[in-house]
Formats: sequence, C-alpha cells, structure tokens
Amino acid sequence: MILSRLAARPLLLVAGLFLALALPWMVYPPVALDIACWALFAAALDLLLGFTGLLSFGHAAFWGGAAYVAGLIAVHSGLPFPVAVLGGAAFAAVLALPIGYLSVRLHGIYFAMVTLAFAQMVYFVVNQWRDLTGGENGLQGVPRELFGLDLSDSFLFYYAGLPLVLAGFVAVWRIVRSPFGRVLASIRDNPARAQALGYPVDRYRLLAFVLSAALSGLAGGLFAIGHGFASLESVYWTTSGQVVMMVVLGGIGTLWGGVIGAALVVELNDYLVTAGFDGIGIVTGTIFVIIVLVFRRGIWGTARDLLQARSGRGPGKPGSGDAPNGAPSRSEDVGSPV
Amino acid sequence: MLQQAFNGLVGGAFYALLALGLAVIFGMLGVVNFAHGAFYMLGAFGSYVLLDSFGVNFWVALVVVPVVLGVAGTLLERLFIRRLSPLDPLYNFLFTFGLALVLQDLVKREYGVQSQPYPRPELLSGTVDLGLFTYPAYQVFVLALSLVVCVVVWLVLTRTRVGMIVRAATERPELTRSLGIDVGRWVTPVFGFGIALAGLAGVLAAPMRAVNPLMGADLIITVFAVVVIGGLGSIFGSVAAGFAIGLVSALGNLYVPALSQTLVFILMAVVLLWRPAGLFGREESPS
Repeated sequence: MILSRLAARPLLLVAGLFLALALPWMVYPPVALDIACWALFAAALDLLLGFTGLLSFGHAAFWGGAAYVAGLIAVHSGLPFPVAVLGGAAFAAVLALPIGYLSVRLHGIYFAMVTLAFAQMVYFVVNQWRDLTGGENGLQGVPRELFGLDLSDSFLFYYAGLPLVLAGFVAVWRIVRSPFGRVLASIRDNPARAQALGYPVDRYRLLAFVLSAALSGLAGGLFAIGHGFASLESVYWTTSGQVVMMVVLGGIGTLWGGVIGAALVVELNDYLVTAGFDGIGIVTGTIFVIIVLVFRRGIWGTARDLLQARSGRGPGKPGSGDAPNGAPSRSEDVGSPV
Repeated sequence: MLQQAFNGLVGGAFYALLALGLAVIFGMLGVVNFAHGAFYMLGAFGSYVLLDSFGVNFWVALVVVPVVLGVAGTLLERLFIRRLSPLDPLYNFLFTFGLALVLQDLVKREYGVQSQPYPRPELLSGTVDLGLFTYPAYQVFVLALSLVVCVVVWLVLTRTRVGMIVRAATERPELTRSLGIDVGRWVTPVFGFGIALAGLAGVLAAPMRAVNPLMGADLIITVFAVVVIGGLGSIFGSVAAGFAIGLVSALGNLYVPALSQTLVFILMAVVLLWRPAGLFGREESPS
C-alpha cells in the first residue's frame, strides 16, 4: 500500500512532464502556450488562496503589469526574452510590496475588495499612460527572438518558454513543501494561534503575496512575449476573475487542480472565440456560478476524495465538505478552539 | 470651482446610493455583492428599454424599475445567496462575480457595447439659477433625490422598529435571534432593498451618463474603494464617503487632471495606512 503510494508520485511527475512536452502536438500550439502560462498563473494564485487562505481579486495587476514591463524590455533593449520575462516578474514583486503591505492588514472578503481596487488603479494608470503602453491598443510589436534565433513560430516558442514555466512550478512546489509553506498553512487554518506561537502573521502573508505576485508576473511576462503584445485586457479585473475561476474549478488548495482548470478554461475560451460566439462571459459566468453553488471542491479535489474513499481512507472529516483542504473557511465552521 | 464642486456632489450621489445599498446588504448578510454594478447597469437599461420599446416615461421608470429589480433581488437571495450564506463569505462574492459576468454579457449581446441615448425628462430639461451660477435642473434633481433617499434610509434605520431590528441583526445576529426576533425573515427584504437602490441609481444615471453594458462594472470597483474608505460595515460612513469622494475627485480633476481616475484609490491607500478599518469603521477583531 505504502509502496504503491510512493511509486505513484514519480509516476505522476513523469506523466505531467510528458504532458507538458506533448502539449503542442495535442492542441493548437499558441493555445498550448496559453495553457502553460495560465496554469502557472493559477498555481501562483493557489499559493495564496489555497495555501495561505487569502483570496486576491487583483492578480491581474501582477500578470498584466509584468506583461507590459516584459514587453517594454523586449521592445526597447533587445535583451533575450527570458531576461525580459524575469524583469517582468521582478516588477510584479516590487509592485506587490506596497499593495500587499496595505492589503494584508485586512482579511477575508475585505482583502479581496482592496486587492481588486488596487488592481483597478493599475489598470487606469496603464490605460492613461498612452505614450508608454499604447493605451487601448496595447503594447504592440514585441519581438520573439533569442540570440538572433527567430522564435515567432508558436511551436518553437512553446519549447523556448517551457523551462521558465517549469521553473515556476518547481518554485511553487518547493514553497508549499518548505517550513515556510507549513507556517503559511498554519496561518490559513488558525491565524490567532500562529500569532500566539510567535509567527509575525502579517509579514508571512506579505511574503506569500509577493512570491505569488512574482510567479504570476513570470507567467504574465511570458504570455505577453509569446503573443507578441501586451493587451489592456491583461490588467483588467476580468483577468483577475478568470484566474480565480480556474483555481476554483480545479480545486482550491490542490495546486495541480489549477492546471486542469486553466487548460479547460483556455480551451473553452478558444473554442467560443473560434465559433464566433459573442458573449463569452455568459458561458464562463454560468460555469462559475454552478461551480460555486454545487461543485466547490473542484475537479482535482473531487477526484482525490473519490480515490481516497476507494482506498478506504475516507474523504476526510465529515462536515468539512464545503471547505476542502485549504479552502478559506470561517473560523466558526472549522470549530477553531480559540 | 463652485460649479465643479457641485459636479462632484452629483457624482458623489451615485457613489453614495450604490455604497448605501452595498453597506446595507453587507451589514445584514455579510455578503459583498459584486453584481451590484450589474444591477445598476440593468436599472439604466431598464428605463431605456421601457422608453424605447413601450414609450414609458422617466417618472414611471423611476418607480417601476427599482421595484422590479428589488423583487428580482429577493428571488436571487431566496434561491441562491441563502444557500451560500452559511459558508465562507468569499463564496457569495464569487457567486455574485459570476452573476455579474453573465448579466453584463447578456446585455452586451443584445445591445452591443455602444452607448444608448436617453433624453432628459422634459420637466427637468432646463437650468436652475442657484444664485452663484446656473446649473442643469436634472443634476439638481439627482442630487436632491439621492440626499432624500439617504436621509430617509437613515431615519428608518435609527427611528423605527424595523430599523432597530435591522441594526441589531447587523451587529449581533445571534443575540438578536435569542431575543426572539426572526432575523432570517428580514434578510430577504433587506437584500431586495439594496438591489432596488442600485436600480434607482441606474435609472437616475440613464439621462446623464452613457447607457452601456460596461457602465456598472468599472463603477462598482470604485464604489468598493469608497466603502473601504468610509468604513466596512458602516452605513453612515459609506454614504458620507460617497459624497466626499465625489467632491474630492471632482476638485482633484480640476487641479490634477492626470489623477482623475486614480485619486480615489490613492485615498484608499492613505486611509488603509492610517486607519485600516476605514474612517467610520470599527476595528475588526483579529481573525
């Protein structure tokens, strides 16, 4: 039993790597890059939502902000694209410092509102600063090349960008498994107790916020370079909502669930756009409503519970059904002993 | 300058009406209603459709549209919001977010993104002499009506038995329940009332602002910032902050036009730095 569980982990890892490598053969190559970037974005948000218990509704600021900065670096400096992407990620981290510092003072729903408001401020700045960002037209003509090698073919660019995405995933995974990640989880489950044990709760939350923003920036920067332009939509609130939707669809606090959520949402959007359907929000909004009403564990969470039930381990504590592993929950619901 | 200040107050009237609805709903249900902006947009479209397709004038729309939306709001609360209420409030936030997307894109699909025209009601098409300057009568009407609505809501909350129950249920739901008051019975009408206020703001906006599907979404995020500034859960704070922010951003627009859209968020940052619970909010207990 234990042996088979130990064997399952590397097997899953190999399967995941294989999928990541095979993706451009399975779907239209530009869509493959979209899936990879959104998957990393979703994992970065889950680091905050599922593993720290903070719902940020303003992550578009970091994804989109990094998209513009990476695009600007690539356009004006001609540096290799990974440098531009990392520059975008660094910008996202720097931007997250003041926003996070102010936002982590509030919790729960207030945190969501305040991050949303700050992200809207970033949107207005990007929209108004036309000389630099191109305003409503977006930042166009971002080059896709590496040391003179032309990467404008999406198929090639996918493989050029994949190492950055994989590095991002390794980082998320390492953070979650580290002692730091354990402290985050304890803050999520019981902030008062974590504080009483001597952990500076707000500082941990801020650090988690900055790390999550940097990884979102990594994904957003790569996304912009891959598309050859940074769009105003990337800093808009719908982008923040979309990534939250991916995480909830995949399963909050499952990390890999976000990847599945990202793949499904990107594919669905691509299908609707190709079909010429005007009003994607009707479909995605309805799905969102249904997930929140009846499917709160998400795909990965449900699958994991089913597997565990079959192997006779039971799906966790009864009554915790609506707050699966890491979903933020009211302290009364989990019966906090404080 | 005075005229600009007046413009600001009129803009603030919309913030105040929307913030009032948000605060009432939040206080009673603990729900942050992202769809509030969508209902504001539906209010404006409701009066546009009534006039365009049925020839129903502004004054009738001013009564009918908020009532219809209020009823829709009570249904929404009964069917969905109630089921999510025992869970983390984030789920209701996400639910209303999805709902807002659906409503916005349904209207967009039907009417496109261009703005629809809506004429001012004839009675208010002129100007009013305010002593120092003349001002469009319609704007004066908007300001006066929203002030009246805010004051009436305030009086109802502080001077009547219904208001007493709502305030008690807002502050100490368990204790109120144990005193023999059926809190659950009041939740639905309060939610419907909040939605009706958003609809009223929408009807008022139709003749002076562009009627388009996106009008609500951007406004509501600004109103979130207003509510945070005023104090989370403070009804008086929300309304006061609504008018104040309207005034400040209009004057800011006069002196520093580049900041016109971002000023409210900068103010929010300053308030968070200084008083995280907002100007009129009570300190949260550490969670």
